[in-house]
Amino acid sequence: MAQHDHGKHGGRSYWLDKKANVAKVFYALILIDVLWLAADFLYKKKAEFDAWGGWADGGFGFYPVYGFVGAFLLVLAAKQMRRVLMRSEDYYERRRGGGSST
Amino acid sequence: MAEFLLSPPLLLMLGSVVLAATPRNVLPRTVLRALLLALPIYSLWRFWGLEFGDYAQFELFGQTLTLVRIDPLSRIFVVIFHLAALIGTIYSFYVRDNFQPLVGVFYAGSALGVVLAGDLWSLFLFWEVAAVSSALLVWVRRSGRAAGAGLRYLGMQMVSGVLLLAGIVLLRHEVGGAPGWAEFRNLTDFLEDGGLGFSNLAATLIFLAFGLKAAFPLLHSWLIDAYPESTPAGAVFLSAFTTKFAIYALARAFPGQSELIWIGALMTAFPIFFAVIENDLRRVLAYSMTNQLGFMVVGIGIGTELAINGAVAHAFADILFKGLLFMAMGAVLYRVGHVNGSDLGGLYKSMPITTGLCIIGAASISAFPLFSAFATKSLIMSAAVYKEYFWLWLVLLFASAGVFHHAGIKIPFFAFFHHDSGIRCKEAPRSMIVAMVLAAAASMAIGLFPLAGMWFGTANPFYELLPYPVHYEVYTTTHVITQSQLLFFSALAFATLMRTGLYPPELRSVNLDADWLYRRVGLRIWDGVATAFTATHRTGYAVAGRLAAVALETAQRHLGPQGFLGRSWLTASMALWVAVLLAAYLVVFYWRLG
Repeated sequence: MAQHDHGKHGGRSYWLDKKANVAKVFYALILIDVLWLAADFLYKKKAEFDAWGGWADGGFGFYPVYGFVGAFLLVLAAKQMRRVLMRSEDYYERRRGGGSST
Repeated sequence: MAEFLLSPPLLLMLGSVVLAATPRNVLPRTVLRALLLALPIYSLWRFWGLEFGDYAQFELFGQTLTLVRIDPLSRIFVVIFHLAALIGTIYSFYVRDNFQPLVGVFYAGSALGVVLAGDLWSLFLFWEVAAVSSALLVWVRRSGRAAGAGLRYLGMQMVSGVLLLAGIVLLRHEVGGAPGWAEFRNLTDFLEDGGLGFSNLAATLIFLAFGLKAAFPLLHSWLIDAYPESTPAGAVFLSAFTTKFAIYALARAFPGQSELIWIGALMTAFPIFFAVIENDLRRVLAYSMTNQLGFMVVGIGIGTELAINGAVAHAFADILFKGLLFMAMGAVLYRVGHVNGSDLGGLYKSMPITTGLCIIGAASISAFPLFSAFATKSLIMSAAVYKEYFWLWLVLLFASAGVFHHAGIKIPFFAFFHHDSGIRCKEAPRSMIVAMVLAAAASMAIGLFPLAGMWFGTANPFYELLPYPVHYEVYTTTHVITQSQLLFFSALAFATLMRTGLYPPELRSVNLDADWLYRRVGLRIWDGVATAFTATHRTGYAVAGRLAAVALETAQRHLGPQGFLGRSWLTASMALWVAVLLAAYLVVFYWRLG
């Protein structure tokens, strides 16, 4: 079974242990995203849908915007759902609100 | 006889029973394990030698039962179920006890029975056997929670069985007992030819029976409830079969049924919200499974050849990558003792191989180019585009971004990266790693075949297995770029939310879902009924007791030693009263005579 050890792992320190390196990963992701966005200039898309003036699947930057906004709102909405849906871990073990497990 | 015994369902079921019944001193563990592995391999090899057609038929009570019907739709499911049985068996060798692989192979046999059934009675038979054998895989965890979850699971599976049986009996009533009425076929067409249609009650019952096992919205919570309560190996077996044979059954009986489109769309969208806030990472995978089943259900609902191919291909791929993710989380559960996102982190240091394999599973489910779902989900997405379902397409696109978010990023991130939880454990056992490598390799192969076909002109053995011929180009410039944009910007949203602290922390909690209706509301109603019954019983008892006491008191007053009727009377007065009685009798007698 697992052991807890908040020190280095067998004397090794890992690249991701440094906060500066985690930031590097984040900036690298931004760079990759800029490059993927720029890829929209390199080819011509054919719009299948007329909706939204053909922007939906034919226009510049639709997928990046939809992916970013969709995922962002997904998380914020889910966070609000917690107010209604979240219960303590033993919620179903406690019957009739008595606190005793059955 | 050999045709029956060596048919895939019976071979696996009877084989595992015989192996389980053989005493340990006759069959050492290693030999038993070798034979267990040989079962699915031999069965698949035998199956591969068979042509399309009906096998293992027999007459029972005037019905022709067909245990094995091989056609392009059933063939691909037979292949993947064998692979899943093999991978699950290898995985489960991490414990000395062979109970799990034995039950797992038996359960796989019953699932093969479902996809090979040529008639509704055989379907029903294997439908029920699968329900019971899979419940054992929940109970095998031997915890109090697993006991409860397994019981609820079995209850829901039985509801599905009862719906199916009622549907079959009603169907017989509706269409009459003409020969071949019980064939397992496209029921929508069959009923329409008979002038009945889909809204017919028999069709609705069968549809719901399939829908319950396919985790339709509100009928889905047994999956979320039970799978994460199983053992590491139990969950791997469970994730492969029941939901996928339900998808097969829907594709067989209700292809092109438009209701499925919006049911499926709902299934892709709503679980991802739950998955974001769920703490148990195997429960996150269960939500993610509902989401993936949604894509398949949409494909069946669209019903074109491309869409059905997509649904079936995605079911095949899902068994592998969802199995892989369940295996990776199972390895964490085995080594650490739990899979709570709130208490994990930094495990890549202790379990680097599991981390790498989990990331392959995550990339596969997220449909990254080069990985399996890219070559399967695209078929469904394109089918929606060709049919010009704009809003459906938007929902599916949102769900695709969402699945990357919760299954692609959340699972590996919170288990293996994030902050270092300080947990130090061993790498996963060898049997787990071998099984994960097999699933990862197969997932990558599915993603790479179309590319190899494009560059080197090689055949795509996976697409050749699909029920309809594939005329579809997966790796187009537009497709690769737009999918990558969607996924990388979804990743950027995650990273931004994490860095700004807006991302909701993993919390030890449970979130209410549809099972709340029967685990809480239903229980409360039951409690209410029980209380009312007790109160009625108690009141009735009190009233009856009071009445009895009054009666007893009255009797005592009149019949007791001091009572009027209890006194000793004089013989003379007795004689007088008898004389009075006789006189009265005489008077009445003569009066009646007159």
